Amino acid sequence: MTLSFISMMPVEKIPLGDWIESFVNFLVNNFSGPFNAFSNLISTLISGFESGLSFLPPIVLILIFAVIAYKRKGWGLSIFVIIGFGLLWNLQLWPELLTTLSSIITSVLVALIIGIPIGIIKAHSKIVHHITRPILDFMQTIPPFVYLIPALMFFGLGTVSGVIATVVFAIAPPIRLTYLGIIQIPDELKEAGEAYGANPWQMLYKVEIPGALPSIMMGINQCIMLALSMVVIAAMIGAGGLGKIVLRSLSVVDIGMGFEAGIGIVIIAIALDRMFGKKDDKDTK
Amino acid sequence: MKKGETLIKVKNLYKLFGKNKKKALKLLDEGYTKKEILDKTGVTIGVQDANLDIKEGEIFVIMGLSGSGKSTLLRCINRLIEPTKGEVYVDNTDIISMDKKELREFRKEKFGMVFQHFGLFPYRSVMGNVEFGLEIQNVDKERRKELSKNAIQQVGLSGWENKMPASLSGGMKQRVGLARALAVEADYLLMDEPFSALDPLIKRDMQDNLIELQEKIQKTIIFITHDLDEALKVGDRIAIMKDGKIVQTGNHEQILTEAKNDYVKEFVHDVNRSRVYDARDIMTKPDDILYIHEDGPKTALHKMKNYNIDYMFVCDKNKKYLGYVVIEDVKEAIDQKKSVLDDIIKKSRTAKTNENLNNLFSKITNNSYPLPVVDHDNKFKGLITKTNIITNLSRDND
Ligand SMILES: Nc1ncnc2c1ncn2[C@@H]1O[C@H](COP(=O)(O)OP(=O)(O)OP(=O)(O)O)[C@@H](O)[C@H]1O
Ligand SMILES: [Mg+2]
Repeated sequence: MTLSFISMMPVEKIPLGDWIESFVNFLVNNFSGPFNAFSNLISTLISGFESGLSFLPPIVLILIFAVIAYKRKGWGLSIFVIIGFGLLWNLQLWPELLTTLSSIITSVLVALIIGIPIGIIKAHSKIVHHITRPILDFMQTIPPFVYLIPALMFFGLGTVSGVIATVVFAIAPPIRLTYLGIIQIPDELKEAGEAYGANPWQMLYKVEIPGALPSIMMGINQCIMLALSMVVIAAMIGAGGLGKIVLRSLSVVDIGMGFEAGIGIVIIAIALDRMFGKKDDKDTK
Repeated sequence: MKKGETLIKVKNLYKLFGKNKKKALKLLDEGYTKKEILDKTGVTIGVQDANLDIKEGEIFVIMGLSGSGKSTLLRCINRLIEPTKGEVYVDNTDIISMDKKELREFRKEKFGMVFQHFGLFPYRSVMGNVEFGLEIQNVDKERRKELSKNAIQQVGLSGWENKMPASLSGGMKQRVGLARALAVEADYLLMDEPFSALDPLIKRDMQDNLIELQEKIQKTIIFITHDLDEALKVGDRIAIMKDGKIVQTGNHEQILTEAKNDYVKEFVHDVNRSRVYDARDIMTKPDDILYIHEDGPKTALHKMKNYNIDYMFVCDKNKKYLGYVVIEDVKEAIDQKKSVLDDIIKKSRTAKTNENLNNLFSKITNNSYPLPVVDHDNKFKGLITKTNIITNLSRDND
């Protein structure tokens, strides 16, 4: 019954999929230069971080993280980092941990380097604001899986594609929260800046950015969390690391292996969230 | 009052908010009111046809109800708000024709600004806030610290340099705001309702401070308020605004006695003329007072030593004024093992809260102790010292 209703659609199927495919093909064919350059940059970044991190013995790296955690939040987090990362080392997930960490750091870095300036421009230009708003809404409602396809087409299978898909997925919060942070600065503060003769550049780095900093930090935190949530998904287009293990364990139904890698992701998530969240806990002590 | 030359001149200034300004200006010429124009065109009249001459060294007050255009007019003077029409001259320089860069340089050199809600940067310390204007001017670090320290000291905040604004009281925050304006050593201070957000007692202190400070710094100040008492207290001359128009400009006498129209009359209506400078305006709070029902000679001596004074006022438990005690009598009472103050209280003259300065002056001349101020219920309100009166008398006679 239902089938016959569906076939009653009077207009022929619009070849939407074909159009998009040819549009993407057009981009791939004509802009391979910039795409390649970008791809190279990303992969240099990832491997840079990765070799940097693996250059250090695990124990040293864990201690460095523990010190950062202590500086940011205090003993609690520091001990958590030591136990958590120690556990991953013990489970022989260290190389995967480093791969995952480097791609997250790269994704977040790229997302922030692009996102924060866009947020600043958006706060100053109505036009940019009106252009970016629907795009951001669109990007945040689309399921992350959908980003995988164009990323795959532009950048091929591998960690670079994973990072790019992650950047696209995680870039909205830094843009939005930088923008919000700047526009919610009280008028009197902006007036104070202007009244004392600040030029646009001084306004930016003496009034707007410091005023928006709490909000920007929140954007960074959310960006990190979204990037982490892409770890497994990005593995579907060839990104390595803990996500890849989770994915493999799914296909072979290896509960134990999946669980171990899953815990690894959770440990990173908690550690990064606390380290780059609000710094208030320690300040109030 | 020093009658200097005119330094800020505003001529036929208009500021309209909205799209259809041409039509609104035309309707304004035809005599339509602010409200009619808003209904007809959607344009809000911020300021219409304002004319000001502000002279060197004076505190010029702009007064009016909320929405009357005070802030808008003030911001047209340093072009934080772009006037729709009209001329503004500061130091004989036409500031309307300046480009952005010239305007910035001019603001750095000429204007300090103080805001109603303080406008302090919450992420900067007291010092950091005060340094702000100097940082913008790229003054080198040492000089910056020196000027800021100086300004902080002028407003009486020395020792608080490293505190963050959030930990300060309202009055202190506004002192920081004032110090920021003083630090840049600008010629003009623009103050937009600087004390309106403060509670009444602190407000009075701040007004006193400003007047005292002005004696020293002799800046040209434009001061906005919606409070006539404040205007009369701090202002050398006053302009009253209504619906964007300046309805009258003049000194106290002129505003109070020759109220030009019903609006000004209404404003001035409940100000008793003798209240311009009366006891209430100049009295100060005592460090502490004694209560007859609970304080004995020992407490009295302790408190006197504490505050380093040789007399104290005594009240009953309803704060009605009874008299004063002096330190010699208190010591004697302790020696005689008395436990109450009743026998040693001395009667003194009192001043009523609304007594004028001349009266007060004659009352206090042969008093060796300050004059207590009481209200119509004989409740103790404050005290007046000779210096209080003399500084205020000299101000009055200028
Ligand atoms: N940016 C703006 N856009 C539209 N209308 C404005 C704007 N700024 C001020 N106005 C209007 O201009 C008029 C004058 O406002 P202004 O802020 O100068 O009044 P004010 O006398 O300072 O009042 P208050 O005592 O409340 O501070 C008001 O009717 C106000 O609504
Ligand atoms: Mg105002």
